[in-house]
Amino acid sequence: MFRRSEQDRRPQVQIFVDGVAVAARQGDTVSAALLASGRDARRSTAVSGAPRLPYCMMGVCFDCLVTIDGVGNRQGCLVPVAEGMQVEIQKGRREIGR
Amino acid sequence: MSVAPKREDYDVVVIGAGPAGLAATATSAEAGLTTLLLDENIGPGGQVFRAISSTPVTDRNQLGADYWVGADLVQALRASNAEVIHRATVWSLDRNLDIAVSTGGASAFVKAKRVILATGALERPFPIPGWTLPGVMTAGAAQTMLKSSGLVPDGRTVIAGQGPLLWLLAAQILRLGGRIDRILDTTERRNYFAALPHAFAFLTSPYFTKGLVMMREVKAKVQVVSGVTELSASGEGQLASVSYVAGGKRETIPADLLLLHQGVVPNVNLAMAAGIEHRWDDLQLCWSPVLDAGGNSSVAGIAVAGDGAGIGGANAAVVRGRIAARAAVEALAPAAAAKLATMAALRSDLAKAERGRPFLDTLFRPASQFRIPSDDTIVCRCEEVTAKDVLDSVAIGATGPNQLKAYRRTGMGPCQGRLCGLTVTELMAQARGKTPQEIGYYRLRAPVKPITLAELAAVPKTEDDVKAVVRG
Repeated sequence: MFRRSEQDRRPQVQIFVDGVAVAARQGDTVSAALLASGRDARRSTAVSGAPRLPYCMMGVCFDCLVTIDGVGNRQGCLVPVAEGMQVEIQKGRREIGR
Repeated sequence: MSVAPKREDYDVVVIGAGPAGLAATATSAEAGLTTLLLDENIGPGGQVFRAISSTPVTDRNQLGADYWVGADLVQALRASNAEVIHRATVWSLDRNLDIAVSTGGASAFVKAKRVILATGALERPFPIPGWTLPGVMTAGAAQTMLKSSGLVPDGRTVIAGQGPLLWLLAAQILRLGGRIDRILDTTERRNYFAALPHAFAFLTSPYFTKGLVMMREVKAKVQVVSGVTELSASGEGQLASVSYVAGGKRETIPADLLLLHQGVVPNVNLAMAAGIEHRWDDLQLCWSPVLDAGGNSSVAGIAVAGDGAGIGGANAAVVRGRIAARAAVEALAPAAAAKLATMAALRSDLAKAERGRPFLDTLFRPASQFRIPSDDTIVCRCEEVTAKDVLDSVAIGATGPNQLKAYRRTGMGPCQGRLCGLTVTELMAQARGKTPQEIGYYRLRAPVKPITLAELAAVPKTEDDVKAVVRG
């Protein structure tokens, strides 16, 4: 869906998506890194289980919700990637305690 | 990592680091007021100057001169002694000018003598059939990724809608070597006639030449279909095709990415939650705060600047930020106001920046079928409520957006009405034969962004706070 511009010289950062290593760039948000990775990053909604991807990328639509380092329902479009970050794609509702 | 505010009290707290917030903060701090700028994003710039200090797109022609103006605003901010905190989510602001802000998973509380809200705009909801499918995004979303991560559309890409941002985005994508298969222009033909009386001001504004050059640049490379009157997206769990009607003829084209845009509207959540009076704007078709000439709202001490005060664009936002900051300086340190630009000079700058706006507002007024959906089209993305669900609720007695919550939970999901509020107001107004002003909007409350219970529980409490809620 998206590809990186050749002029992008930012250093690489490695994150893990559902345990799999994914190369991101310093300054990417989690959502941008997921969309750039080409992986299937669709979450499924809490209400009907419908698949979704980020819609607005600016913090208002909440369709980018992911679990980051064990904390659920984070807005992936507002959180910058960090080396070793653990991202989980959310399927359905969150469980209590995370 | 995020840091908490250094003080508990400030003369001025500015919320939002877009054009208005950057200008307001620098002006206030230059005048010697203790000034704190709180911003939700990773770096300064807001949406229009997003990633201005960090963008990997280094060829300046690709993002355009209007973008790089933002670098001067950031430089002025850094030269001032204002305190700036990014990744700071303000979740409460009240009439006492008490502010609750979440940074790095913990909340802090600060008090201001004056607050300048510069929370900007968001894209108007574009509720067409299939707009929740993965692969359908806003044009602004694509532009955000382009500016902050140098990402460009790669698969079969369709851009649909209307407005200046649509053409700017298309030009930027093409300059960066991205792919656009087709542009579907939904501007209503009759709008061209309606906008004519405002044409002279527009023709003599800077928008005109820039807009024309950009549209030519895009039209030379991409097939543009104008007069689109119907639009829908379809696919099984992922966008597969876009269907549209133009000139009475239906066409369906395969697509991997559909970028939607029909203008921007004020981001009202924090302002409304603070109790600021808003009115329905019949031209811009959105809620705008009621403000005086200094940007002051109905709540004493809170001003609104930038597109959150009514859509005016980046240049107007900068001037409105300076006006609101000057008004704060006049109130708190009148002697220091002498070294700032005079109010008369700022007003003249604002008139210049707003020139041509009524033309754009009239020309790009979105058609009713793209604002007020029908049947199974989703209105509330979070709670997955359709237009039919809303109309069924009206039929059995729901009178406005707040009653509708009890019937359907519209606006009660994580986005707190940001993506459905305008649609719900207009849909209910139409169904009940009332004006949007009469129908009203969701009653918004803190927290205006979700925070965890753990974060709330960790907030420092006095003995009296505990006594107020604990039995015995």
